[in-house]
Amino acid sequence: MEAILIDFFKIACVMGVVLFICAYIVLVERRVCAFIQDRLGPNRVGIPLWIRKDGSAITLGGKWALGQPLMDAFKSLLKEDYVPAHVNKLYFWLAPMLAMFPALVVFAVIPFGSQLGGVPMIVADVNVGILFVFAVASLGVYGIVLAGWSSNSKYPFLGGIRSSAQLISYEICLGLSVIPLFMQVESLKLTSVVAWQTNHLWLICYPWNWLPGLIYLASSFAETNRLPFDLPEAEQELAGGYNVEYGSMKFAMFFMAEYTNMIAASALMVTLFLGGWSLPFVPVTGGVVVGLAHICIFLAKLFALLFFFIWVRWTLPRFRYDQLMELGWKVFLPLALANVLIVAGVIMVGWVK
Amino acid sequence: MAETPTTAASTPEMVNVTINGTAIRVPKGINVIEAARHAGVFIPHYCYHPKLPIAGNCRMCMVEIGEAMFTPDRQPVMEPDGKQKIVMQPRLAIGCNTPVKEGMIVVTNSAAVTRAQNAVLEFLLINHPLDCPICDQAGECKLQEYSVEFGAGASRFREEKVHKPKKVDLGPRVVLDDERCVLCSRCIRFMRDVAKDDCLGFVERGSHSTLTCWPGKKLDSNYSLNTVDICPVGALTDKDFRFKMRAWFLKETKSICTSCATGCNTTIWSRGNIIYRQTPRDNDAVNECWMCDAGRLNYKFINDPGRLTKAIVAPASVPAAGKGSDAGKDAGATSYEDALKQLGPKLKAALANRDSAAFIGSARATNEELYLFARLAKGSVSDCVPRSWAADNFLVKADRNPNSAGAKLLGVAAEPMGSKLAAIAEGIKGSRIKTLVVHQEDVTKHGIGADLLAKLSLLVVMDFKQTATTKAAHFVLPGVTFAEKRGTFINAKGRLQRVWPAVSLGGEARPEWEIFRDLLRELGGVDNHSDIAALFADMAGNVPALAGRVLSKVGDEGVQISTG
Amino acid sequence: MKLERPKLTLLERLYLPAIVSGLALTFSHIFRKKVTLRYPEEKPEIPPNYRGQPVLVKDEEGRVKCVACQLCEFVCPPRAITIKPMEYPENAKYGKVEKTPAEFDIDMLRCIYCGYCEEVCPEQAIFLRGPYSVTGLSRKAMVFNKEKLLELGGTLPDPIKKWQKK
Repeated sequence: MEAILIDFFKIACVMGVVLFICAYIVLVERRVCAFIQDRLGPNRVGIPLWIRKDGSAITLGGKWALGQPLMDAFKSLLKEDYVPAHVNKLYFWLAPMLAMFPALVVFAVIPFGSQLGGVPMIVADVNVGILFVFAVASLGVYGIVLAGWSSNSKYPFLGGIRSSAQLISYEICLGLSVIPLFMQVESLKLTSVVAWQTNHLWLICYPWNWLPGLIYLASSFAETNRLPFDLPEAEQELAGGYNVEYGSMKFAMFFMAEYTNMIAASALMVTLFLGGWSLPFVPVTGGVVVGLAHICIFLAKLFALLFFFIWVRWTLPRFRYDQLMELGWKVFLPLALANVLIVAGVIMVGWVK
Repeated sequence: MAETPTTAASTPEMVNVTINGTAIRVPKGINVIEAARHAGVFIPHYCYHPKLPIAGNCRMCMVEIGEAMFTPDRQPVMEPDGKQKIVMQPRLAIGCNTPVKEGMIVVTNSAAVTRAQNAVLEFLLINHPLDCPICDQAGECKLQEYSVEFGAGASRFREEKVHKPKKVDLGPRVVLDDERCVLCSRCIRFMRDVAKDDCLGFVERGSHSTLTCWPGKKLDSNYSLNTVDICPVGALTDKDFRFKMRAWFLKETKSICTSCATGCNTTIWSRGNIIYRQTPRDNDAVNECWMCDAGRLNYKFINDPGRLTKAIVAPASVPAAGKGSDAGKDAGATSYEDALKQLGPKLKAALANRDSAAFIGSARATNEELYLFARLAKGSVSDCVPRSWAADNFLVKADRNPNSAGAKLLGVAAEPMGSKLAAIAEGIKGSRIKTLVVHQEDVTKHGIGADLLAKLSLLVVMDFKQTATTKAAHFVLPGVTFAEKRGTFINAKGRLQRVWPAVSLGGEARPEWEIFRDLLRELGGVDNHSDIAALFADMAGNVPALAGRVLSKVGDEGVQISTG
Repeated sequence: MKLERPKLTLLERLYLPAIVSGLALTFSHIFRKKVTLRYPEEKPEIPPNYRGQPVLVKDEEGRVKCVACQLCEFVCPPRAITIKPMEYPENAKYGKVEKTPAEFDIDMLRCIYCGYCEEVCPEQAIFLRGPYSVTGLSRKAMVFNKEKLLELGGTLPDPIKKWQKK
């Protein structure tokens, strides 16, 4: 009973933190993009603390627009929930949920810390963790395809088609790129991957893992529909892509799903390649302080990677669709396959202990 | 007009002339400017005016004159190429004072002519102030137009300009700016030869020549504003129009003056729904190109903001007839349709006995309105109000009604006009006449006082403004002025002329022919004239004097009809 | 015409160096001076020849330079300008000028800032100048009258003084 309560608490915490990051990463994205473009970005809305008698408000962090995500959320909720007459209503309503759900479920198997008071900092330490991640994450495409199809309108439809082709193509590269890691770790359990990296170096430190790391990173851009691979929602071509017909909170859910996916992909990257919650010279076991430090280390790595995601988005232009497909099938797939052989050779030679 | 010969006997003698290489036949005796106009060639001029004696002092109309060369025994002299040899006169001649003759060759576009025009314009502009931004003539100024078309474009004059009096008060209606004057003397000639009131002249010499009034005289003739029209520049300005509106904003609408029976052709200049001025329009059969000041300035009542725009049903008409109540006559403004609905049955009942009704029409109304009014009045006594002022022997007629001829022709007015008004007043006094329909007349000023009107059981008035009569009326239907409707008038000489709407009053007001049509419909008539052309056609079919006339064929200058 | 595609070296075909240099460039921009302003608090510096809203000017003697010629009213494409001219009284200080606007309204809701009025003005009385923040709470408040336009316009010296020589 107590274990179930603890699990629920952990789930609540993970959900809360993920959604919180999700909200604020949007703000960070807007600020960073503005800074890269020599602008200021959002700099008005603070968190309201108290409303004076004359109607003015005392706010916190207005200069940094800390209240912006809050107000964006309110705006989305208060907007008219408009459903066009020509859509297939059931799937139209279902699609945003289907997009949001898998993105959140992935976090169940990600170890975001070592332990805290003997409780492992992971919701469910499944022994087929990575398979679970890929299985669930690949469900996300249904949300997008359904949104595109049920909208019954040509731009969303094109966006949905593009997205299904893109996501399926890059899932293969994504899967193949991580196979060498598990050959080295000899386990599919994500806690084992982190444990291996605490005993050895981080996996990215081995030269034969550089190529899979690159492929994984590029593929995760594609999987999360981020620039330079944001073909499903290319504004200039598709007037917004699969979510054109959506408004208010339903649109916001697609928006959140995208960012949640991005956080999930980053968290997985941290776990697989960057040593998870571990850091050299930080003890692997210890009390509450060490446990908290591990969580902070994990979050720091996560944020660095998220910043990288944003940074790349505002640097690179979008790929053309044929270039995208060519890169996936003709470059990444053969390279990933070859890399499986190379790492197998490396293991056979005994360079990996 | 001059080109349409009526009989073979009056056909003018024609001569052959060549203007800028175009050979045409023109009447003998006209000058080169008019002959060039026949050929479609424009010769610029300031002092020349077709209706004034020729002065020849502006030198703007310089042309080259020549003719074919003959030997002393009248044999043509031929060039080697077989063409007849042409000799041009060594000096340029003014076009205005050179009558055409057989075989004359005129050139208006040679280098010599252009040089002369450039020089004349440069001299004129030497002392002309650059007042265009404030000058009322700007936009219709001959100096501006010719400078653009015939001028050299630049002035070589660097000295101080001659300063002359500005803002000189010449008379009650005209202001003179002497600096702008180009000394064409059109105004002097007009006052001397046309208005027969010689009061203007030049004093001083050379560049200091100045237009002024004779000592002890004023430019106060009733035709003084024509000098403003013929002034080619902005020297003479109309006090009424001065600084009111720029010429280029104004919409021109053809109309006729309704201030007397002459029916001078006019142009109404309006912007938005405001009339800014009236000017005479050329019509050699009526007013040539002149009009009197009194008629010209008689447009202010159209711009009056207090005009009637709603129908009025007086409360007095609601209780039993015969009880003339004078309380709250101004109240009761209502829609035209509502007023018509209430008036229809009452009028029908009242007209059951035709002898108890009287109709007073207006000789200021159009023929179409008078035609329908006569139908309304059929069987009852009807008349119009005569009005007169002092006539002169030029344009002003004693009869101030613009359509007396039409009122008589269409049977609304008695003969002589107004002879039955006393009988109508008598009938009301004796309570024999209980119903009175009045169109556009304030009958309280013409022998039927408010006390008599109070005795009526039904008084219906159509007018465009509030008068003592409309205040006494049981029903007031709002009409419009001549500048707001289509229609025709017949002037004292029996000329049928049209008016066009220049402005629109809006509200419930409408042309009275529509009101009369609706009333006839209420009385059970079948008149369904949807437009003025159909109404005119109906009238032309029923009035012998108008037989065969079509409204669209009346034209801008009207047609002569025989009123018998 | 057929364009020859440039031959790329292996390094260039990898794209990675280009991507890295691009990333470096965008990263360096994060620390640059920002070009945008926090507008209502920070106001931009308006150069003297800025083409803002149309205004009326006076000369250094305080005379309204406009003589109500109505050319701007005529040329105004959206018909934003309405002028009612007036004659100076005989003995007025600037009676020589003869004509001046009694009313001069510009409907700033209609104005499209094309500057034709400035271009056409023969008296150099109307200019597109500094004021750029044209706001109001009602349609009526957005019709700027003569007094307001003169207040916005201020003084512009007139070296020619054409009307004095009359």
